[in-house]
Formats: sequence, C-alpha cells, structure tokens
Amino acid sequence: MLEIKDIGIRLGDFALEEVSLQLAPGDYLALLGVSGAGKTVLLEVLAGLVKPQHGQIKWNGHDITLARIQQRPVGLVYQDLSLFPHLDVFSNIAYALKVRRLPKAQIASRVEALANETGVSHLLARFPGTLSGGEAQRVALARTLAAEPTILLLDEPLANLDAKLKGELRGLLRQINRSGKTIIHVTHDFMEAATLANKVAVIEKGCLAQFGTPEEVFRHPKSEFVARFSGIKNIFPCRTEPMPGQQGLQKATINPNCALAFLGPEEHTQGFVMIPQEDILLSQNPIESSAVNQFQGVVKESYISGAGMELLIDAGFEVVVSVSRLSFEKMALMPGKKVWVSFKASTVKFLAD
Amino acid sequence: MLRNWKMSMVFLFLSGLVLLFIVAPLAGMFLNTSAGQYADTLTDPTVMRSIRLTLLSSLAGTLIFGIAAIPLAYLLARKDFFLKGLVNGLVDLPVVIPHSAAGIAILGVVSRGTLLGKAGEAAGITFVGGVAGIVLAMAFVSIPFLINAARDGFAAVPEKLEKAALNLGASPWRVFFTVSLPLARRSVVSGLIMMWARGLSEFGAVIIIAYHPMITPVLIWERFTSFGLAYARPVAAVFVIVCLAVFVLMRLLSKNHLHVRN
Repeated sequence: MLEIKDIGIRLGDFALEEVSLQLAPGDYLALLGVSGAGKTVLLEVLAGLVKPQHGQIKWNGHDITLARIQQRPVGLVYQDLSLFPHLDVFSNIAYALKVRRLPKAQIASRVEALANETGVSHLLARFPGTLSGGEAQRVALARTLAAEPTILLLDEPLANLDAKLKGELRGLLRQINRSGKTIIHVTHDFMEAATLANKVAVIEKGCLAQFGTPEEVFRHPKSEFVARFSGIKNIFPCRTEPMPGQQGLQKATINPNCALAFLGPEEHTQGFVMIPQEDILLSQNPIESSAVNQFQGVVKESYISGAGMELLIDAGFEVVVSVSRLSFEKMALMPGKKVWVSFKASTVKFLAD
Repeated sequence: MLRNWKMSMVFLFLSGLVLLFIVAPLAGMFLNTSAGQYADTLTDPTVMRSIRLTLLSSLAGTLIFGIAAIPLAYLLARKDFFLKGLVNGLVDLPVVIPHSAAGIAILGVVSRGTLLGKAGEAAGITFVGGVAGIVLAMAFVSIPFLINAARDGFAAVPEKLEKAALNLGASPWRVFFTVSLPLARRSVVSGLIMMWARGLSEFGAVIIIAYHPMITPVLIWERFTSFGLAYARPVAAVFVIVCLAVFVLMRLLSKNHLHVRN
C-alpha cells in the first residue's frame, strides 16, 4: 500500500500543496493535469529526487519520505527517457544490474529476458541516438524494470508516439501492471487515463483537484477544471431555479433565450451544467420521448473525430454532439442543416460554483 | 547582393590579415632555420633534455592538479553555493595576473623559510630551483584552462541523466564515474590538453622559481640573451613544432565520438 499524505513543496513560484492519495498494490494510477501542474514534481518527490517540505510517504506502513533514492521501491521513467547516450542499449538495460554487482552471466540473461519482454532484443547493440521514439521508450522501460521496482513512475510515456506505437505500448504497460507492479502514469490525455488506469488523480496548479476511479472522476467531475479536462465539451455557466410545477426538476438558464431542465435540489444558485455529448440525441423532427430537453438548432460545423463525427450545433447555445459516420451520411448533417437536439434531464450534471 | 559581396570581401581581407599575423612570424622562424641547424638542435643534449623536462613537468602538473581540479569543476557546474561567483573569479585569476607576479606569489609560498618549503625539504622535494617548483608554476598558470573546460563539459550533461542513474540504484560516486565524467569526457580531455599545452609555454612564473633545471622557454631566452637570435631561433623552431604536435593531438581528441540523443 502506497500512502501519500499532505505532501507539499515550494519550488520558486511553483508549489505542490497537500497532495494526499492511497494506492493498493497493483493499482494503475493516471495522474492527470496540464503542463506545469506539478505532476512531474510529485513523481520526483516519490522517487526521492526532490525532498518534500512537509507530508509523509509510506510504503507498506514504512515511512520512506526521507529514505535514500537507492532504497526506495520506485523506478522512474522520465518523459525525455534520459537514456545514457554513451552506452549501448545492452549497457543501458544492464546499468541497474551492474550496480548490484551481479555476475556477468546473470546480467546477460536478465538483460535478454527484459529485452524480450519489452520487444527490444534486436536493438541491444544500438546506441540511444539511433533509436526511434517507440524503441527508446521500450528501452527506457526495460532499463527501469531491471532495477525491479515495485512502483513504476512514468512521465508522459505515450507522448510523441504515433497511434500504432501508442497502442503497442499501452499493451506493454497493461502487461507490466498485470505482473503486479503499481504504476503511476503522468499524462494530460484523459483518454489515455481512461483506457489504462483503475485510479485517476487530477492535479490543478499544484493541488489535487479530484481522486477516484475513472468512472467517479469522468462521470462525476467535482469542478469545472476536472470536467473540461475529462473531455466534457458541453459545459455552460448558468443560473438555476426550481421549475414551477415540476418536482425535482431545476431550470438552468444558460443565456437570456435559453434554459434547460436537470435533476437537482430545489434552490436558487449559480454554477455550471454539463451535458455529455454521447448522451445527446439528434433527429430531423421533434420526437416524443422521455427527454424533456428538446431544442431546434442548425449544424454549424462538422469534423471527423476518431471513428465517428463531431457536430457543433447552434440550438440557442452551442452544443457539441457525437454521431456515427453512418448517421452523419444518412441524415446529411452538413453545415446549415436544421436538426432537433434532445437529451434527458438526468444526463445533465450540475456543478455549483 | 552587392552589399553581401562587398561584406564578404572585407571579412575575407580582415581574416586573411589576422591569419597572416599569426602565420608569418612562425613561417619566418621555420624558413630562416636551416636543415643543418635543425639537425644540430635535435642532437644537442641540452636542448633535448630541456624539451623532455618541459613536456614531463607540464604533464606532471596537469595530472597531479587535474585530479583535484576535476571535482572542483563538477562542483562549479552542479552546485549553487555561497560566493560561487567569487570562486569562479578566483579560478580565472592565474590567467589575468602577470606571470612573473604569479612566480613571485608562488615563491612566497614555497621558498625555503615557508611551511611548504620546509615540509618539501623534509620530504626531499626542492621547490626553488627544482623540478617540483617548475611543476607548481606551470600548473598554477594553466589550471584555469582545465577547470573552465571541464566545468562547461559537466554543465552540458543533462542533470536528469544523473537522476536516472541514482534512481537505478547507483551511488553518487558511481553516477559521477559512469555517467557525468564519461559524458563530459570530451571537454575534460580537451581541458587537460589545453592545460598541458599552456604549461609547456610558461616562462615568466617558472624563471622566478627555477632558472635551473632549464625548461625550453628559459633555454630559448638564455640562448638569445647570451648568444643572439641565430642561436635561439633553432631551439624555438623545434619547440614550436613540439607545441604544434600537442595542439594537433588536442584537435584530434576533441572530435566527438559520442552518440548523443538526450
């Protein structure tokens, strides 16, 4: 069990403030945040490369806050990988093994096994400067795994890789995680976090904004920052009031001409409403359904997004809707096309200011 | 275009002038020395002994003081400490002070009445008028070349590589010898050769401490003042060839053989 309690450090203008979280062995934590949020500093604190000014780090009940770097059960892979440029791939992977003064034959067989595991056995004689991004990333992983860390800290491991390499590396990371290693993976890509992690922590300006399972964080963001970071594009500031005669329903006024209904406590307040784009239905005519929010709008823009399409629709407020390519073609959803937008009050999430 | 052409001509002319300024006196010296004079000089045991003494004294100074200077260069590159700017300035001091003054300063520390002088005598080491004094004087004036080159070399090694090595379980000693020093090797070697080369050419500080045994720059001066230009020139020409060989060696070793990615 890794326990991080109230960790804080000030580095010039930047401060990491009272970060607390707990991870069980084998957990895969995605540490999300924009550049400069403090994600890498937290990794360096965990690795012992930067001493925290307050707080405590415990591993299986032992306080390792001020433990020597070499005595921590932690392996760190930097974003720039920091492979030793003067050593070939074999020597890079063997570095941690030589530190432990293992016999040569044992080093050779261990390097071979790690190289096979990470798919770099054909690169052992090459120098880091001659490797592609994906190859270098695998070598860096193999080098860190050679030190047999219990916790693997990865700083943006999938950044700067093409889609194919990302897919391959994701598979490798899952495999490493399944072997029992706890992984803390820094990223600014919520999709990456959602597809790999069983825990997500969002860091905002040095503070832990939210920590939980991907479901908790992405479906129930606690702040506008987390919501925007979670890929929710339909976020609108609003003023709320009870909807007359509709018990349990609240009215959220987005602008003078537009209001929508959502489920929430009856009160007058201000905040944000969020509508997940995959929960919005598009139709050519008004439809009779349980969706109480129905607006006529016009397609303003359309663009390819992954396997489907994303549409920007002006329905009195600009809303982003996801549709399949088939629906896009069948309904001829070109800019200027009039459509009806509908969604249930229960899909609308409200965040108080 | 015309302006560029004119500019190129001016730059070429000025560059040529500077190169001529460097090459002409040396070429004159080589060309005014006959083959017979070269042969006589190369077989003159005094000259050969002096060149050997000069090369070895400078090498000894470089190796002995280099061992201490490299850690200092590393500290200056990696650590922030109180009065670091002053320390950086002190390192450059031997370059900016007159070398005869440097000789006087060293003499004040190693002459027979001083603590170091007495300690040296007790250990059988003679500084004043001895090889140890020559080594000391050469190292004093040339050590900034090593420290500055090595400091720049260490500063160019990404700190993350050292952190990565620590994270892989290496001790700080191991990190220094397996990561920092190998990656700064080019600059350190270049600095060592510069220090050696600079030590070879030292005259002012050495003559104050040790007129004898005679290093080549002192021998050239002695031949010039006692016998004139014709006797000093062949020794100077041979010694300059030796210095050029050292310089060429330095250039060859400075070539980058590293595969650098980070």
